[in-house]
Amino acid sequence: MIVRIAGEGQFNVPDDVAGRLNELDNEAVGAVEAGDEARFHHLFAQMIELIETDGEPLPDDELAVSHVIVPPRDISFDEAKNDFTGEGLIPD
Amino acid sequence: MPGLAGRMSTVIKAKVSKLLDRAEDPGETLDYGYQKQVELLQNVKKGIADVVTSKKRLQMQSEKLEQSIVKLDTQARQALAQGREDLARTALERKNLAQTELQSLDQQVKELEGQQDQLTENEQKMKQKIETFRTKKEVIKAQYSAAEAQVRISEAANGVGEEMADLGLAIQRAEEKTENMKARASAVDELEKAGTFEDLSALGSGPDDLDRQLAQLSAGTEVDQELEKMKAEVGSGGGDAPALGQGNGGGQQGASQ
Repeated sequence: MIVRIAGEGQFNVPDDVAGRLNELDNEAVGAVEAGDEARFHHLFAQMIELIETDGEPLPDDELAVSHVIVPPRDISFDEAKNDFTGEGLIPD
Repeated sequence: MPGLAGRMSTVIKAKVSKLLDRAEDPGETLDYGYQKQVELLQNVKKGIADVVTSKKRLQMQSEKLEQSIVKLDTQARQALAQGREDLARTALERKNLAQTELQSLDQQVKELEGQQDQLTENEQKMKQKIETFRTKKEVIKAQYSAAEAQVRISEAANGVGEEMADLGLAIQRAEEKTENMKARASAVDELEKAGTFEDLSALGSGPDDLDRQLAQLSAGTEVDQELEKMKAEVGSGGGDAPALGQGNGGGQQGASQ
């Protein structure tokens, strides 16, 4: 699965890692819904770390569309309220 | 996994691909797409330049604030030497606020620097992607029929489109941040002006908006502590306060700079 960290770049993420990422994402949504800012930031940082450590950066000469776009790493809790409830970064 | 994809994915459909779908001659459209990418890259350069400008402005303000802090400290000492503790306190309160502002400014400058680096790096990446697109499009034009070319180029074009959109968003984000800083910066400007007051005695004439703000902002204890410390220093610095007062004679108003 190709994942982009917004503002940074694309990574090729193995399927099993993608599964874990999904779990973290679900938990992050839960944290946002519960208004638990600290927990959200903790989970989100874990997501970013997982992508960076277990994903392989996509070469610059490869032109591919991402399956998933993760918000920028300095996302605020307010911004997260939009991104982690279904609207996505850019509503289309 | 629809959850993750549904919530987080922002499928940035490049306009290029829509163009491609309608195009009768993909070769021509490819050339147009490439031109468009090169144009957009120019916008990226402009966006980065804007961030650099904002950063420089903040750095200048930071320097001014540093000067104000030194000045306010000196003024506090002068006021104290003349036995004007009230003025010394006001100067120290301003100094305290200036220091807080300075910290915040420095933090913002650091953030902008990080953003600038990231944007520059992404711009390089973008250049590489555009170059790849250019090469691919020539190959596709030469080797495939119109129908096949359309399919082949779609992924590449969308890939470039996504990269471009992401870079555009990153720049927009950086610009929004600098916009927020501008509001704060004008407040700092006001403070800076207050820090350049020439006549310390004028301060005693009545609280202005800034003074009221100061009263709210300064925790008090910090200022108290610094005031005590300064008193001790000024006191031990040679000569007692009354003597200094006499020495200045009628010049009590003239906290000359």
